[in-house]
Amino acid sequence: MTADVVVIGAGVVGAACAYYLTRAGATVTVVDRGGVAGGTSGRGEGNLLVSDKTPGPELDLALHSLSLWSSLASTLDGARFEYEPKGGLVVAATEAGLAGLRSLASAQRAAGVVVESDVDPQVYEPHLRDGLAGAAFYPQDSQVQPMLAAAQLLRAARQAGAAVRLGETVTGLEPRPSGVSVRTSTGTIAAGAVVNAAGTWASGVAALAGVRVPVRPRRGFLLVTEPLPPVVRHKVYAAEYVSTVASSAGDRQTSAVVEGTRAGTILIGSSRERVGFDDSLPLPVLARLAAQAVDLFPFLGAVQALRAYHGFRPYSPDHLPIIGADPRVPWLLHACGHEGAGVGLAPATGEAIAALVSGATAPIELHPFRPERFADDT
Amino acid sequence: MTRSRFTFDGADVGFLAGQTVASALWHAGIRSWRTTRVGGARRGVFCGIGACYDCLATVDSQAGTRLCVTPAVEGMRVESMRVEGMGVEGIAPASSGTRFPGPSASRSLAARSYDVVVVGGGPAGMAAAATAALSGVSVALLDAAPALGGQFWRHRPGHPVGRGQRDWATFTGLASLVDERVDHVPRAGVWFASAVGEGFSLHTRTAVYRAPRVVLATGAYDRVYPFPGWDLPGVVTAGAAQAMLKGSGVVIGQRVVVAGAGPFLLPVAAALAEAGVRVLGVFEAGDPRGYLTGLPLAAMRGLAGKLSEAAGYAARLARLRVPYRVRQAVVAAHAGPDGTLSSVDIVALDRSGSVLPGSVRNMACDTLAVGAGFTANLELAVALGADVRLGADGEGTGIGGAALAVVEGQLAGAASAGDGGSSPFLSARDRARLRRRRDRLRGFAALMHRAHAAPAGWPSWLEPSTVVCRCEQTPASAIQAAVTDLGATDGRGVKLFARPGMGWCQGRTCGPAVAALTARACGRAVTADDLRAFAGRPFAAPVRLADLARLDESQDPT
Repeated sequence: MTADVVVIGAGVVGAACAYYLTRAGATVTVVDRGGVAGGTSGRGEGNLLVSDKTPGPELDLALHSLSLWSSLASTLDGARFEYEPKGGLVVAATEAGLAGLRSLASAQRAAGVVVESDVDPQVYEPHLRDGLAGAAFYPQDSQVQPMLAAAQLLRAARQAGAAVRLGETVTGLEPRPSGVSVRTSTGTIAAGAVVNAAGTWASGVAALAGVRVPVRPRRGFLLVTEPLPPVVRHKVYAAEYVSTVASSAGDRQTSAVVEGTRAGTILIGSSRERVGFDDSLPLPVLARLAAQAVDLFPFLGAVQALRAYHGFRPYSPDHLPIIGADPRVPWLLHACGHEGAGVGLAPATGEAIAALVSGATAPIELHPFRPERFADDT
Repeated sequence: MTRSRFTFDGADVGFLAGQTVASALWHAGIRSWRTTRVGGARRGVFCGIGACYDCLATVDSQAGTRLCVTPAVEGMRVESMRVEGMGVEGIAPASSGTRFPGPSASRSLAARSYDVVVVGGGPAGMAAAATAALSGVSVALLDAAPALGGQFWRHRPGHPVGRGQRDWATFTGLASLVDERVDHVPRAGVWFASAVGEGFSLHTRTAVYRAPRVVLATGAYDRVYPFPGWDLPGVVTAGAAQAMLKGSGVVIGQRVVVAGAGPFLLPVAAALAEAGVRVLGVFEAGDPRGYLTGLPLAAMRGLAGKLSEAAGYAARLARLRVPYRVRQAVVAAHAGPDGTLSSVDIVALDRSGSVLPGSVRNMACDTLAVGAGFTANLELAVALGADVRLGADGEGTGIGGAALAVVEGQLAGAASAGDGGSSPFLSARDRARLRRRRDRLRGFAALMHRAHAAPAGWPSWLEPSTVVCRCEQTPASAIQAAVTDLGATDGRGVKLFARPGMGWCQGRTCGPAVAALTARACGRAVTADDLRAFAGRPFAAPVRLADLARLDESQDPT
């Protein structure tokens, strides 16, 4: 079997790569050891956020990606993956927090983000508690159902000729005169290029090609409530969340994130900790998430949680994704390390990878995301 | 006897002490009190023992309360859940000054330590707790129910024991041992369990229990494979019919069809008929006539009780003029003008479990009690990291009746007491004898499972629109589409794309069926992975966020 490009990973990033590659005319095979969205894509909220990003390359990427999601919603019927440009509300409990929120908002505004500062939290979310200092509203923040989004992108790629091989593990990447031989648990695929879209497990794929890509897991938990009528209308989170996302601390950090879904459930996050691939479910984290959510929305105290689950965000040492051709291996490209923003950043990543493969100029500046930037990192 | 009253949507409903709210409503002719979020389908009692979450309502302002496990209390305010949750208008804005339960209400949670904690107050749990306690160790028995006995010895406390009870002397013997020597904690459902250091930690709503050894005797609930109309009000499990009769003295209907597979259908039908219900027939999909001939003579030693039990039910049914038909099955249920069950379609099956062409006949009835074996409550075992075997024939292989449960409970109780189970109460010879009896009973159970196999042809009875997941209203067509259109390759994939198993019951009811339909759509046999997607439940029961928040130990709430 031969392909122009083998994409390793059928999560939302791999699916977006396959989608844009097929549109660019490439012959694509997607390989995943599990199922569609079987890793981190199937374990998150599906946020497309600009509000939680400070000005810089990731925010630029996010803004561009958001516009691509909007076109995808027209092309692929966004209702099929619950695309909802519902907006995000960031709330500050204290005057100091509000001041920080104001200065972040003005910097974001300069970078092209739409922000409504100093709004009354209860006008946007009537069930928020009294006494919050204030809030900022970000109308561009959106949400998709991430598993369905990955599945619909892959479906469109399949219709455009892509082959999708699930339950098949990549076991070796061997250079050939004109590309690479991808060895899997069931066969070999000759390809011109390989895209490493293996998410949290991307460093293992890079190792098969003999290079180091420092992507590690950062665990997060979510609580899921009973289905309710639409009572929480936006993504709502505490101002502290932005600093939690940007933090590099390895110990556990939590901040309140609350949002409704089309399925009626309310998702409650968020926590971040570097504990490797630890599958345990520590009650103190879940209790903290519940306490923070009930503090913001008192009615949630009487609401029941039906389940909890965890995922492993793929993070890189500088919290920026790894996107681009690897100068150390002529046939290897990376599309990984998006941490908690992979769903939001997937289309811009896939579009850039497709441009690189077809020899065009990427529509965004990829230098900050170059794979070899960690060479001296230990 | 004096009747007490609670209100349902403002109207008075009478009940007798010990009855559940669901039974009292059923007795009053109210068969549904919830509509589903998707599709607005009506829901009332289905499983009848707390597993399916169909019977949710709002009780004294707490939405999402299971009426089938909630004892009725004088003056209680019960409201139907016509909109899922509290209803938009039911949730007052924060500025209204409405008080909600917050985490600040009593932060401390009682912590209790024992040598052994037993979870479950049925035959196995009672036997385990009594046996461990007789060895001299401290034992707590946590049970979700208000009274000991589990499903098998379910009864209305303080009322004369009905004719439906078997081995009642065993119950009273174990119950008095538990009363004397065990800390029995009723209404203490364990919602979270974790391994902590060398032992285990078990959370109930009001306390956390710690012990180096835990015995899980959490029982099982009816397994039902879907068919068109199985979600109509009036279609219930065989266990629900039994629980309502034994626990509340309420009959499930007036003209009842009993159907499915398994020996459990017999006592259910007999008890209903003896309570004056017109039982129109018992329709068994398997062919149990075969299993006696398949039993090696040696295996029958010591099983006289089990065999005469089956023969006894058959004789009782014959005396009560209840037809017992084998290789027949209900393949569809139909609604009358009022939207509740009015008739069922019954077919004859061939040896392979497929419908014999032209054999369908319609039978008018007001209630269908259905079940095809049982599914074990395994979520605590999974949470504690036990090595749980999930087979294609389901979790039912570990289920073999109350007699086996008592023996297994005794062995587990002895083992939990430590010293390799060499308790002064059970000598090595006693234990060897118990193990031999256990092995015989397990062998018998395995034969019964084969003889009463669920009909292999059930997936072909489904219409594309047939609801498979009762909580999320996932139709069969969506499971097929998750595989063919969206690329799902296993149970988890189907769950993520089409939401079966994501609702209130967390896959307890639909899990085995979704796993089977997934495998069928993928063109392969069911795997343990398919089933695993529906077996793990980190929360063994829903938990109020206020109760979860109480466990937050951080000093600085934001």
